[in-house]
Amino acid sequence: MHPVLRTVLQRLGLGIVTLLAVSVIIFSSLEMLPGGYAENVLGQSATPETVAAFKRDLGLDRPATVRYFEWIGKAVQGDFGSSYSGLSGSMKRDVSATIAPRLYNTFFLAAMAAVIAVPLSLLLGAMAALYRNSWFDRIVNSVTLTTIAMPEFFIAYILVYVFAVKLRLFYPNSTVSIGTPFVEHVYRAALPALTMTLVIIAHMMRMTRAAIINLLASPYIEMAQLKGVSKSDVIRHHALPNAWAPIATVIAFNLAYLVVGVVVVEVVFVYPGIGQLMVDAVSSRDMPVVQACALIFAATYILLNLLADIVSIVTNPRLLHPK
Amino acid sequence: MVTDKKRVKGETLLDIKGLKIDGYSDDVWNPIVKGIDLTLKRGEVLGLIGESGAGKSTLGLAAMGFARPGCRISGGSIVFDGMDLIAASEEQRRALWGSRIAYVAQSAAASFNPAHHIIDQTVETAVAHNIMTREKAEADARDLYKRLQLPNPNTIGDRFPHQVSGGQLQRAMTAMAMSCRPDLIIFDEPTTALDVTTQVEVLAAMRDIVEQFDTAAIYITHDLAVVAQMAHRIMVLRYGNLVEEATTRAMLKAPTQEYTRSLWAVRKLQKPESISDDIALRIHNVDASYSGSIKVLDNVTVQVPRGRTVAVVGESGSGKSTLARAITGLLPPSRGEIYFNGKPLPRELKDRDKDTLRRIQMIYQSADTALNPRQKVRDIIGRPLEFYLGLKGAARDRRVVELLESIELNESYIDRLPGEMSGGQKQRISIARALAADPEIIICDEVTSALDQIVQEEILSLLMRLQKKTNVSYLFITHDIATVRAISDEIVVMHQGKVVQQGPKSTVLSPPFPAYTELLLSSVPEMDPDWLTGLLAKRSKKIKAATA
Repeated sequence: MHPVLRTVLQRLGLGIVTLLAVSVIIFSSLEMLPGGYAENVLGQSATPETVAAFKRDLGLDRPATVRYFEWIGKAVQGDFGSSYSGLSGSMKRDVSATIAPRLYNTFFLAAMAAVIAVPLSLLLGAMAALYRNSWFDRIVNSVTLTTIAMPEFFIAYILVYVFAVKLRLFYPNSTVSIGTPFVEHVYRAALPALTMTLVIIAHMMRMTRAAIINLLASPYIEMAQLKGVSKSDVIRHHALPNAWAPIATVIAFNLAYLVVGVVVVEVVFVYPGIGQLMVDAVSSRDMPVVQACALIFAATYILLNLLADIVSIVTNPRLLHPK
Repeated sequence: MVTDKKRVKGETLLDIKGLKIDGYSDDVWNPIVKGIDLTLKRGEVLGLIGESGAGKSTLGLAAMGFARPGCRISGGSIVFDGMDLIAASEEQRRALWGSRIAYVAQSAAASFNPAHHIIDQTVETAVAHNIMTREKAEADARDLYKRLQLPNPNTIGDRFPHQVSGGQLQRAMTAMAMSCRPDLIIFDEPTTALDVTTQVEVLAAMRDIVEQFDTAAIYITHDLAVVAQMAHRIMVLRYGNLVEEATTRAMLKAPTQEYTRSLWAVRKLQKPESISDDIALRIHNVDASYSGSIKVLDNVTVQVPRGRTVAVVGESGSGKSTLARAITGLLPPSRGEIYFNGKPLPRELKDRDKDTLRRIQMIYQSADTALNPRQKVRDIIGRPLEFYLGLKGAARDRRVVELLESIELNESYIDRLPGEMSGGQKQRISIARALAADPEIIICDEVTSALDQIVQEEILSLLMRLQKKTNVSYLFITHDIATVRAISDEIVVMHQGKVVQQGPKSTVLSPPFPAYTELLLSSVPEMDPDWLTGLLAKRSKKIKAATA
């Protein structure tokens, strides 16, 4: 087997083990939360008997380990169980069906932000490295630092004020539904996507700049210069191919953030993403939904970091082409 | 490929006048090159020789009109084939680089981009400057690989830099420099990082190709014997000034300056051999490996007599540093025993008691990395005094001063940090640190390799004097035959993890030689401009005789 393939499979296996460990942590930490769905729904005046009966209906009277294995066993098959809300009534709400449209919205928004932010920050980072300590470098650095230093909701409100209230180019809120056509969806998600771009761009751009500057001190860069290679080719052809590993790591980190850390932006723009869903589920103690969301977030993190690992392996000729 | 300009041999190609270059450090510009004149004719090879800090690399790069970041050309003129390189725009200079002036760097391993195939890097300039089509440039590169006697010249270019050896990479870099048939090549210490046996092949290949295409070259090195094989004319530099300039033969025969003569320093050092049967350390049938099945040490048996110096000589990968790690317990042997004063040493470092540890000390190649940059000399030397011997306070300081005196540094050094001392002084502190433990054996791992010739000679003399005084044994690991000749009583020759030969210096260094010892000894460049030519003739005769 090719050593790279073996390493990738090893990492994949390790990722699955990590995900299982995370699932245990998610489940047990939710078990430890004070209160519960029954107490929450039935209110303070509920008698212990009604609470017990309610719990029996939900199957919460069984030991935690049994419930964990039942949950994880089904989750592996893609079935996250039923939401507590509505469970006692006639209509069962499937967690997967609840999450799916929300997840789609979140990925849609994340992809939009990534499509803008990743190329932009690579370009700005490479240019800042090329013209380091120039005015361009300083301006890019301070602007991106400013946007990362400001709270997300603040950036969001500034964008709303400028683009929605004053210029009237976009809507101030981003309500979409399952039937929203693609172009309309893009248009409505523009402001939140822009907000998130501004939030993540500094990190990626500065990492790209640092990785390239670090490489520019290598002897092979001096060699390339002395071979008469032009400045932009030195960066593009000689520095960048060796800089992918650190850059991929920081991109993965930020993409994960786009999926799991956007609840504030969703709230500001009333965008129906998975972050809001999770917050609602936590406040109502709707554990199946919370667990499913947390597991999806963990999987996103692990998968993206795995991808970053793979990128660093396949861009390293020493690993890809052993002696 | 061929510039349309007629190449007239003997015409001046490069003319440098009153060149001054400054380097920026500690917030001031310090002169590195202090007004040097240099002329080079077409087809001529000029040697630039000097020790570290002489400004020879800076001067070599300036001949291309290039100054490293943190350096500036502050005066003088550089005229290449009628073009003023200082006044020229960056675009104009870049157009020359690679195509008419090429550069061969010291470490090919670091100077090839790890991300691209060798051939892509070889043809890069020719293709980018539209001198040749890619197909033509690649065909030409394969031809150059063949001329430079690279193995598998048709396919070696498809490999990545990490897939070929250092010597092959250095030749590939010469091919890269040659690809546009430049008028001038700057060779910047191109063989310094190579083993001597590899160096011979690379030197021969480089000299040959420069002659074939009648290319002018500036050959920069700190090794006079090497430059004598390559250059028609030699300039000796020191502290950015010209010390002496003469044709190669004249300079070797009759150097006029004391400094030039000092470049022979280590070669002149000679310690009378003395044999002893009192064995302090015996390494018996030792195998060792880092991981898996590849033995880095293979059935190694070495004896170190008390109060004597055993030199372990070999090329990189011969296992000589691994031997040191096995003795110190850093790498427990997988087989065999190490006896110290007749008693077996525990294999693992952690099983050895403090007193055993004290008796075996080590000095490393690079004092820069072996000394803690945040500790003052007082603590660097004082620590082993406290740890092994329990000295504290004033008694400890007194002993530190005594040790400083024994390494010929005075009391005032006690409060210095490593950064405030020269390379030679730092290596002396490393020696004092080893001596502080009052050891019976000191393992010296390439301790003079990073130092200039004169400093090397001082350090070696110091080590010899200390041996006389304390009767300590040295296991002296080195790749440099001149050093071996200078200090050893006995010599161990290692090759690919095995001991090829062990014996008194006089026996090992005189015939008959085992094959590898002969190869090693004959590959050491001598102060004779005809040495390389003679050696190659002798070797090819031998091959012919063997095949006939």
